[in-house]
Amino acid sequence: MAEMTVIEAVREALREEMERDPAVFTLGEDIGARGGVFLATEGLIEQFGAERVIDTPLAEASIGGVALGAAVNGMRPVAEIEFGDFIWPAVNQVIGEAARVRYGTQGRRSAPLVLRVPYGGGVRGGLFHSQSIEVAFAHQPGLKVIAPSTPYDAKGLLKSAVRDDDPVIFFEHKRTYRLVKGDVPNGDYTIPIGQADVKRAGSDMTVVSYGLVMHYCLEAAAALAEEGVDVEVVDLRTLRPLDTDTVLESVRKTSKAMVVHEDTKAIGIGGEIAAVIADEAFEDLDAPVKRVAGPEVPAMPFSPLLEAEFMPSAEKIATAMRELAAY
Amino acid sequence: MLSEQTSPNNPEKNSRPAGSAENDAGPPTLNDNDLLEMYRTMVLSRVLDQRIWQMNRQGRAAIVASAQGHEAAQVGAIRALDPERDRFYIYYRELTTMLALGITPLELLLGFLAKDGEPLSGARQFPLHGAIDRQRCDIVSFSNVVATQLPQAVGVALADKMRGEKRVTVAYFGDGASSMGETHEAMNFAAIHRLPVIFFCENNKYAISVPLAQQMNIESVATRATAYGIPGIEVNGFDPVAVYEAVGAAANRALAGEGPTLVEAVVERFLPHTSDDDDTRYRPAEDLEGIRDLDPIPATEKLLRASGALDDALDQEIKSAAQKIVNQATEDAENAPFPEPHDFYDQVYAPGSPGDQS
Repeated sequence: MAEMTVIEAVREALREEMERDPAVFTLGEDIGARGGVFLATEGLIEQFGAERVIDTPLAEASIGGVALGAAVNGMRPVAEIEFGDFIWPAVNQVIGEAARVRYGTQGRRSAPLVLRVPYGGGVRGGLFHSQSIEVAFAHQPGLKVIAPSTPYDAKGLLKSAVRDDDPVIFFEHKRTYRLVKGDVPNGDYTIPIGQADVKRAGSDMTVVSYGLVMHYCLEAAAALAEEGVDVEVVDLRTLRPLDTDTVLESVRKTSKAMVVHEDTKAIGIGGEIAAVIADEAFEDLDAPVKRVAGPEVPAMPFSPLLEAEFMPSAEKIATAMRELAAY
Repeated sequence: MLSEQTSPNNPEKNSRPAGSAENDAGPPTLNDNDLLEMYRTMVLSRVLDQRIWQMNRQGRAAIVASAQGHEAAQVGAIRALDPERDRFYIYYRELTTMLALGITPLELLLGFLAKDGEPLSGARQFPLHGAIDRQRCDIVSFSNVVATQLPQAVGVALADKMRGEKRVTVAYFGDGASSMGETHEAMNFAAIHRLPVIFFCENNKYAISVPLAQQMNIESVATRATAYGIPGIEVNGFDPVAVYEAVGAAANRALAGEGPTLVEAVVERFLPHTSDDDDTRYRPAEDLEGIRDLDPIPATEKLLRASGALDDALDQEIKSAAQKIVNQATEDAENAPFPEPHDFYDQVYAPGSPGDQS
């Protein structure tokens, strides 16, 4: 067991998977000598060489397309999209093509690729280095979408993603990279895709979240505990397929539910979770399902007060928790 | 032997290199028997294509993108490749390519009629889309979205190179797809890594309704190869032997580790873009005048007759055999059932993996 950051956990998972399986390789912008703009691939080119750590041109469509072709032909590519904001040229290859390979060939081909995507804000990234884009991918059957919040989950889930036989989009929140530390077992372990994790057990309400703001939910829950409100925090970890069982089990216990995400609210993950709860656990509810999410502006602004206005915070979440507790 | 034929694009030339090849070694010279076999495939393709078009007009086949006019280019290219060794990332106008790779008229008709047992996608997809079982032949055509197959083919070739396998991946596309950004990205990436890819452009001079002059400010797609530092060869796509030679040289380069080649076969689209298109709305009648006189199938017939490899009796046999095969395949495909939705949820995800609903 060692304490490490999220970025160290990602790097260790990559290194161990590349050591384990010669079919695993990585490609992306600045991932070689530079080690990636966030240093996720630092040291990998020295260990595995330029043939398995491929610096690509600045061309996301071909990063996605080349990874897809290699995956269909028996390799296990892990492509890095430098910032989630830059992913759109690759969407044609990922949502348009990779998600449909297995279905469109009746299983004659598959696409076991991983796209690692640093996303999210709170890093003074402005409109084009802060986006939360996970819902666009989570909407697409055929893809698996993962968004871990801790070093332990990041390592175990990235290993599962590499070994999975379907295309996986792996969202890494940039602000968690160095902010979030935690214990990670030495050596090999995996965490199953599609399983949520109860990060804090509680009896008075269920808060469903993922990524950076899951940590803000834990902070808010600690504050509420001092006020006598016992909050359960469910970390989704995987956005497709959703672990609705864990969510519903928690809601049936607490009878109150809230969803928190950094992405904007309308037509979002929170709406989906609320709908699932309404469908399956309506009679267990003592209050309407509450949502705390990003505001309806196109993206997170740059200047600090404007950025703070966008970001969900522990304070905003705690306020919502108090409202829900009082309902 | 077909060097007397003229390019529909430029009567003076048959093939013209736009970049310089390091290895100009071509494939073995074809003999009359080879050409006769190619002729058989072209005849079969034309008869099948005409049948499918007819079935569309009768309301029996939902959609067809005809390969008429592309047959010589497609049969010439496959002749230079190895169906067991190589990988084929095709697009939607590849009926002759499929036949030349051993996919049967019945299998293809099952696709056009969306019937059960269709071998590429179980009729989930448009005709000619999906993938053939890999053990049989590595033919892939995932998508209707043009040019997506180019970076994918590059990734396929990258995987082969990483494993040290000596194979050629052929990425098929049209002049329309040549305008896509992914085409540029694919050629650039393949050139940087000297990957064993042939970019095979069938230039029929129309992107649905938009003529070449409104697609590009150059005369030849092949000239773009110089921008990637790879050879670009423009070849008369009505001359199957010229295409065979160009693709064969490109395959030799790929196998020798010298990297990709762009081969542009200039052809004609004898029919509208698809059965849903009406080319009289945009294509001047005089545009097609005289072009059918250059039709590669009668031209090949003429050459084979001149060399003594074909006489009336053999030609009759080839043509009636094609009719018979297509008639039987039509009957069998008509009698096949539509797929039931019993496996509707299969293969969204790997069997047994998270999210699998089968």
